[in-house]
Amino acid sequence: MTAAVLDQLQEVVEARVIERKKFKVPIVFASTTVLLTLLYGLSARDGDAQFMLGSSSDFVTIPKVVVPGMTTAWITIGIMVVLTALAFVLANAYKKSPWYATVLFCVAAMFGFLAWAGAGAPAVVNVVNLISGAVALAIPLVYGALGGVIGERAGVVNIAIEAQLLMAAFTAALVATVTGSAWAGLVAAMVAGFAVAAILGLFAIKYRVNQVIVGVVTNVLVTGLTTFLFQRLLVPNQLTMNNTEPLRFSSIRIPGLSSIPVIGPILFNQTIIAYLMYVAIAAVWFALYRTRWGLRTRAVGEHPQAADTMGIKVNGTRWRAVLIAGAIVGIGGAYFTLVSNGRFNWEMTAGLGYISLAAVIFGNWDPVRAAMAGLLFGFAMNLNNILGLLHTPVPSQFLLMLPYAVTLLAVAGLVGKSRAPAADGVPYVKE
Amino acid sequence: MSDETHIPTDPEVAKAAADADPPEDNRWKDAVREIFSASPWVAVGALVLAFVVGSIMIAFTDSRVQEVSAWFFQRPGDTFSALGSAIGRAYSQLFQGAVFNVAFAERGGFLEGIRPLMSTLTSATPLIAAGLGVAVSFRAGMFNIGGRGQMIFAAIAAGWLGYVWSGLPFPLLLIICVVAGVLAGALWSGLAGFLKAKTGAHEVIATIMLNYIAFYFLQWLLMTPGMLRGVKGTPISNPVPDAAFPLLFGSRYTVSWAFVVSLAAVAFCWWLLNRSSMGFAFRAIGENPRAAKVAGINVERTMVVAMMVAGALVGLAGTQQALGVLASSGFGDAVDAGIGFDAITVALLGGSQPIGVLFAGLLFGAFQAGGRAMQAGARVDISIVAVIQSVIVLFIAAPPLVRAIFRLPQPSQAALARKADAKARAKAAKALAKSGSQDGTKESA
Repeated sequence: MTAAVLDQLQEVVEARVIERKKFKVPIVFASTTVLLTLLYGLSARDGDAQFMLGSSSDFVTIPKVVVPGMTTAWITIGIMVVLTALAFVLANAYKKSPWYATVLFCVAAMFGFLAWAGAGAPAVVNVVNLISGAVALAIPLVYGALGGVIGERAGVVNIAIEAQLLMAAFTAALVATVTGSAWAGLVAAMVAGFAVAAILGLFAIKYRVNQVIVGVVTNVLVTGLTTFLFQRLLVPNQLTMNNTEPLRFSSIRIPGLSSIPVIGPILFNQTIIAYLMYVAIAAVWFALYRTRWGLRTRAVGEHPQAADTMGIKVNGTRWRAVLIAGAIVGIGGAYFTLVSNGRFNWEMTAGLGYISLAAVIFGNWDPVRAAMAGLLFGFAMNLNNILGLLHTPVPSQFLLMLPYAVTLLAVAGLVGKSRAPAADGVPYVKE
Repeated sequence: MSDETHIPTDPEVAKAAADADPPEDNRWKDAVREIFSASPWVAVGALVLAFVVGSIMIAFTDSRVQEVSAWFFQRPGDTFSALGSAIGRAYSQLFQGAVFNVAFAERGGFLEGIRPLMSTLTSATPLIAAGLGVAVSFRAGMFNIGGRGQMIFAAIAAGWLGYVWSGLPFPLLLIICVVAGVLAGALWSGLAGFLKAKTGAHEVIATIMLNYIAFYFLQWLLMTPGMLRGVKGTPISNPVPDAAFPLLFGSRYTVSWAFVVSLAAVAFCWWLLNRSSMGFAFRAIGENPRAAKVAGINVERTMVVAMMVAGALVGLAGTQQALGVLASSGFGDAVDAGIGFDAITVALLGGSQPIGVLFAGLLFGAFQAGGRAMQAGARVDISIVAVIQSVIVLFIAAPPLVRAIFRLPQPSQAALARKADAKARAKAAKALAKSGSQDGTKESA
């Protein structure tokens, strides 16, 4: 018997075995634990770490929590070792680690790391600021991820999220400055995202060009276009065309809700774009899972032939999904020039579109989970702002790597079995 | 239907979905074939469209045009002449910066006049090498967007060894540095391949994340004394004149032996993809991983190897930067100069064929060299080159669109089938003749 036949046989046999042992999660747990142990062991820090769970203006004031830094760090290492061992035992018994073990592990790792970083530092680790900043930074990621989820659920891979964010940021800055209205800028951003989505749809759906190719090339196209227009138009006319500083959306405190301790300042003291984001997450979830439109969208992404047989127009449905997704990503693009900055700058999205794409995969193509993944990446990005204040011995470049390393680890290990919609990225040709 | 509708419950469908992890099986092939088999008229049409788009962008952002268009209805002639001169100036600068400069020629004769052509070759050098790397990964059904990180690691290895071992004699040091750079690129890319093969992490995400990690790592090395930080105390690495690629035609032109290395890489890739069993395995897993597995190819290992070969070629581009144009000045954190991303468009335009990549690299090298001249001479920002390049690739990838715009005839299905049939017959006849000449007795049937 040849090796090929043996392989084939093995495949058949394995298909009947219930499941193979999967050590992915325990291995990621173990390597994270070892890395943190090395970090704490090699550069011990003396003193206490101070945590604050609220701001002084809260309705209920929560006192500062002071913990001994290194002791706390080592205790969390202990918890992590136990969880890792548990994960190994479970994997050895063909069982999956429960999701709350992963959450507990992440919280323990994070808390220990912050205790280590904050040990002996004069600055207080303000947990509320850390998380509310993360929510703000995550806004473009979440919008990008929502758009990505809709597109991929309909069977169109959207690598062009980056292009949509960038084009929207540019258009928002230009239109808002010229019209003097941030709202006009926001609408223009949605139109810009829509327009880029139309390019994607034209080539990917109508002309059936490979979607990854279209996406990557569209990113190059939009980067070149916005940089060119920025240099030729916006730079010479800075004040009349690229000045959203006086128009930026400011944070709105929602009375009542914002005085809830901890959660209030995190969730209910944000800009209008953040509130729209909460609505968008819920709306996309509802639309995808509870409406006829969503069922059809998912059907054409999963099994277009079957959907077609049932009388659903596959390419029409895909077009609609891609265009709606483009408009949603456009709102995220507006964040760059209407919230976080007072002007457009070339390549200001800095690859966040690609991180949104990672959030889509990390979130297993589910809008709520993808949004949570976006928040996680926002948290990792905000972490290096906070750590900068604590004067940790870790060089800043390594902290800047953090979100990317987290993404890599997440995509490689913690995702578990991620499965794309079956017809994701496959153009549909009616037979 | 419930929430589960999106997960195929039928075991066979589920298995197919899981196996289709790179669902690109035939799509890559189709896309590549589509690009490669594009008739020359489609290519010409795409080029024309790209230049039309470029002209519109130049015209609408030209300050002189904006000025005279204010009195367009009084004197339309002014607007048109301003348009003409703005576009003409830009494209003439582009040509003179990429191929032949008339002013240089008047001063120093023909050899001086072709200096821009030589700088085109210099710009094309890393584009060809990196384009080959991306092309190899395409052929193996993977998408290597990690050119930036691979080039950075290659530059780190080459630049560091070139400085530390600068006492070694000339060809030895250069060879060591190039080999080290190529290996570094291969390892960094192999990491993405390993993650894909072992954990199913999508290589697009993995390579992009590795890009950022490499970038910040380089920044750290450049900021930290005792690492790559130059003796001048700036975040620029030390110059490595002893490890530099020697110039090919003397000091008049910038083109160096690195270009010859790129040509050799083209030949190597042609051999690898078309004549070697390893290249066959690459193409097999690219076209249909399941069939490849059944045929006895170790898909996971081949994936890792393909990514390593791709990374080695991109790494070559990194060493060409560090030991070529940047050898005498040292490099900063922009050592990759966007080549890792440009390489994707080069590979696409070249149809993922080594020879195609060579010509696409030369074309894009001409755009780079000409674009710099255009930016300096006509004050048109070089980013327009990215627009022109991406428009070319988009249109070449969608021949029906180009044909529709130019009213070219759409090839009929029958004609296409005839053509494919004739090609297959010719191939079969050739194969038969070959095997017949080798062992005619066996193939009598």
